[in-house]
Amino acid sequence: MTAAAAKQRPRTGTIAGLGLAVLFVLSLAVGVSPLPLNRVLSDPEALQLLVVSRLPRTLAAVLCGAGLAIAGLIMQTLSRNRFVEPATAGTAQSAELGILLVTLLFPAAALWEKTLVASGAALVGTSVFLATAHRLPPAQPYLVPLFGIVYGGVIGAAVTFAAWQADLLQFLSVWTNGDFSGVLRGRYELLWISALMVAVAWFVADRLTIMALGREASIGLGIDYARMMQIGLVIVSVITALAVTVVGMIPFVGLAVPNIVSRLMGDNVRGTLGWVAAGGAGLVLACDIAGRLIRYPYEIPVGTVMGVVGGAVFLWLIFRGRAHG
Amino acid sequence: MIRIENVSFKHRTTPILTDITLTIPKGGVVALIGPNGAGKSTLLSLVARLHPLQTGAIEIDGLPVNTTPGRELAKVIAILRQDTTVASRLKVRELVGFGRFPHGRGRLTEADHAIIEAAIAQFDLADLADRFIETLSGGQRQRALVAMVFAQGTDYLLLDEPLNNLDMYYARELMRSLRKVADEKGKTIVIVLHDINQASAHADRIIAMKAGRIVADGAPAAILTPDRLETVFGFPMRVETIEGKPFVLHQL
Repeated sequence: MTAAAAKQRPRTGTIAGLGLAVLFVLSLAVGVSPLPLNRVLSDPEALQLLVVSRLPRTLAAVLCGAGLAIAGLIMQTLSRNRFVEPATAGTAQSAELGILLVTLLFPAAALWEKTLVASGAALVGTSVFLATAHRLPPAQPYLVPLFGIVYGGVIGAAVTFAAWQADLLQFLSVWTNGDFSGVLRGRYELLWISALMVAVAWFVADRLTIMALGREASIGLGIDYARMMQIGLVIVSVITALAVTVVGMIPFVGLAVPNIVSRLMGDNVRGTLGWVAAGGAGLVLACDIAGRLIRYPYEIPVGTVMGVVGGAVFLWLIFRGRAHG
Repeated sequence: MIRIENVSFKHRTTPILTDITLTIPKGGVVALIGPNGAGKSTLLSLVARLHPLQTGAIEIDGLPVNTTPGRELAKVIAILRQDTTVASRLKVRELVGFGRFPHGRGRLTEADHAIIEAAIAQFDLADLADRFIETLSGGQRQRALVAMVFAQGTDYLLLDEPLNNLDMYYARELMRSLRKVADEKGKTIVIVLHDINQASAHADRIIAMKAGRIVADGAPAAILTPDRLETVFGFPMRVETIEGKPFVLHQL
């Protein structure tokens, strides 16, 4: 790194950190009942609102956004394809299938038990996706995301059918379309496990970068390829299952954020992981705040806002990439 | 020393390698030659434990490749596969740096940085060190990959057609670099070559393979004869001796 670039990096870091802090504070302040942040300490009602609702909601958005962006990054690394993410390639749909089954069979199961089953289902679903993706011809990179969409669509259809049969369609949208409006203290804390998963990803960051070079390069450099694949799968599945069970799936974060970061700073995971996590957190926070403001005092679910924003960002990415050859 | 004993390998039911037994002592440059599909790449892959061993045994300095932990072997042997594609957006210096991964598991010491910079200088990559791999030409990319394998600093280097994409200047430079590390540092280099004259000019020993078997093995002067070459490649070639080394005029 040149001296100028080294100076540049911390400055962009400071700006990004400030931006995230501003979004965080905005998210605390914005909502149906006004929350004047300057009176929080003197007004017990305001403090109550902050601690019970706004802070949990904001933290949930940060944890979910950071987690899903990292899950997307890892999924792209493991499949060696930039166009896959948990929301489209069967991971989220498998998690939904898992939680639907456990809801049908053991309606009294606790949230953490449902999350566990959803994680297991996501693990199986994602393993099948990756095993198939590795058999597709590498010369045709669009086959992998295409297969992922079909595969996710088939599982998703099965989920919808089962939910329809069981008269649970209304529940289904709770899992498939992310929404932070129901997040209260005591109902989001499982999401901290996402932070733990991001920490695990940080710990194996160099190995993830090498995994992206392929199986042979990984083995040549002494990496236990099969074990790293399992670790990556667990991280992706657990983060996705947590998002699905606690707030509902949020699309595009896992696709847009890692791609933008890769464009700007490359694929050395040790250097980009923090940016991907912060970018995911910022994007989800911003979309959640927008969802609260667009039809104020009504809310638009974050999943819907993200669908629109993420789609636009992704189109921009594709066309920008083409313009740059 | 690399010891290969009774190794056979099948892809489903098609035999790729049949009963290979071979000893490669420490130090020197060994060239593997032979027509397409002779099994050269598969043999290198088996030695570098990229495929599981089906029958037979392979040892490197007494370490059996199928049971020794991967991270131990990565300090002893490095491989550059044919047609390695780097789809990641990594800078040349980052890529070369990953060659040091087996030693520090990602933590680079001063000594590591010195080795990385030396590899970058050795393959003339200093001006490209901060560029993304994807922005380089095929030959530049190949040099970056070779530099990464060199940075791994192992006693044994397996290179599968490393001259692919290299122009005459860099092909010669690479062969001279290999010769130099073999002579000065006692490294053992096994290299798959299609340019037989590079083998003649720089290798100590040539092993010719055909249809999954070793069909000739010896010093360049013993292997590069019209008769031997015809058995390996299936057509007669003219061989001339220049400065005591045989050169094959297969274009004529």
